[in-house]
Amino acid sequence: MKMEEVAVVGAGQTVFGFDRKETFEELVFEAATAALSDAGGSIGDIDNIVTVSNDFWDGRTISSMSVMSAAGSWNKDISTVEGDGMFGAVYGMMRTLSGSFDATLVVAHVKGSEGRMNLITNGMFDPIYQRPLGIDATISAALQARCYMERTGAGEEDFARVSVKNHGNGLRNPHAHLGMEITIDDVMRSRKISDPLKLYDCSPVSDGAAAIVLSNRRGLKRFRQKPAWIRGAAYCSDSYTLGYRDLADPRALRAAAQKAYRMAGIANPLKELDAAEVYDAYSYMELMWYEGLGLAAEGKGAELLRSGATETGGELPVNPSGGTLSAHPVLVAGLVRLIEAVLQVRGDAGRRQVPGAKRALAHGINGPCGQCHAVMIVEA
Amino acid sequence: MTKDKKNPNELLYITSGEMYQPYRYTLSSLSGRFLTEIKEKKKFLGVKCPECGRVYVPPRAVCGRCYARMNEMVQVSDEGEVVACAIVEFGFVDPSTGIERPVPYGTAFIRLDGADTALSHFLDCVDREKLKVGARVRAVFEEERTGSIMDIKHFEVID
Repeated sequence: MKMEEVAVVGAGQTVFGFDRKETFEELVFEAATAALSDAGGSIGDIDNIVTVSNDFWDGRTISSMSVMSAAGSWNKDISTVEGDGMFGAVYGMMRTLSGSFDATLVVAHVKGSEGRMNLITNGMFDPIYQRPLGIDATISAALQARCYMERTGAGEEDFARVSVKNHGNGLRNPHAHLGMEITIDDVMRSRKISDPLKLYDCSPVSDGAAAIVLSNRRGLKRFRQKPAWIRGAAYCSDSYTLGYRDLADPRALRAAAQKAYRMAGIANPLKELDAAEVYDAYSYMELMWYEGLGLAAEGKGAELLRSGATETGGELPVNPSGGTLSAHPVLVAGLVRLIEAVLQVRGDAGRRQVPGAKRALAHGINGPCGQCHAVMIVEA
Repeated sequence: MTKDKKNPNELLYITSGEMYQPYRYTLSSLSGRFLTEIKEKKKFLGVKCPECGRVYVPPRAVCGRCYARMNEMVQVSDEGEVVACAIVEFGFVDPSTGIERPVPYGTAFIRLDGADTALSHFLDCVDREKLKVGARVRAVFEEERTGSIMDIKHFEVID
């Protein structure tokens, strides 16, 4: 299937950090107005709005409605995605392609500092079989990391290398929460959180918001920003119950990526992409996602990293922004991956710019241990 | 675990236990000042839209109509008018305090003089003759105030 044309024409993000003093309403307004201003338009140019939120993180039900003013939806169509922001972008794209709306604003927010991450992520599990065991995002990730080590022979030092790369990249990103110059030793010696994962293998809990403006060809005349065209978009889900899944096999990501590549006409992603932003909530995930995205052969994620191909200056820099390890506003983080990919192909990524980038990949995940994956390819 | 009364061998439910899911909600400078003004001075502040001039009480960050950020705080009266009211006969335990307010009690949306929006709170009155839309009310404050909306004890009907 060839895609109808839809582009990201504006992008905005707050600085991410812990304990930001603003309410999530204020953060949404900041990101949404930044995206509109980046697009060279105003709220009047928007036909409909998609918000991204989660009631447990917000600590209130129907959390989406509390940001309706801040998202600019007065007298407008507004609907909500409960999940990662990349899925909000996918939904916004569908609405823009539907023919009913020419321009869509997608906004995601979270104040991770208001709730308790382990309790909230425990809440995503089934209450009969899993929740009473106290499992949360990090414990389930540790189980997945162990499965991946068993299958591929990747070691804790390989995971540490991801952390060193991405935290280092984060230093060049003014929006990042936790850019750091660290060594493999620093990661290895950091506090054990859930073996084999240590503190620097885990992303921080961040506050913040992000927004994009999507437009079809008809809507383009309203905006002044150069469009970043979405050339491929796909998503795929795996089983909800962790025990029903092969945790070390990113099957759903492989399916989503292959579909997105077909749409975008990509045969060899490692060669044909210029930058990739992937959802590295935990260090080991980046290696697994290399395999799922077809950047590395099965079991060869660590080898690809060790080759330097995904470093800044490598064949395909992965997470030049610092990735989710450098800022993890849950729900927002996938939308940030897309924004970073857009900035790369526009040449607007500042000190984290990959020189000459024309085509980039963005990846988001939903559910425990990457249950569901969304992949988008954007092009200048 | 709960068993079916007719068929005691059939398990029906598992309870959540005493679910504990605490939050610390961000106030923002607007809400912080609103609550501080009540605590320190027993006075009300609203926030004014720079475009349409509407005064919002309680204050929020964005005027949805104008899509404008609001920052200017203005004082409004501690007296106002009931715009909606109800007499609660069936109370429930407040999950944040564990306290069940004795019924019946009056509850209302009150538009303070100088404000364009209404604030919700309790009324001291359960008399259906006096508790009406349009009734004039005045805020009564707690002696010991902590910086919460509960620093307002209730509104009393004054006409």
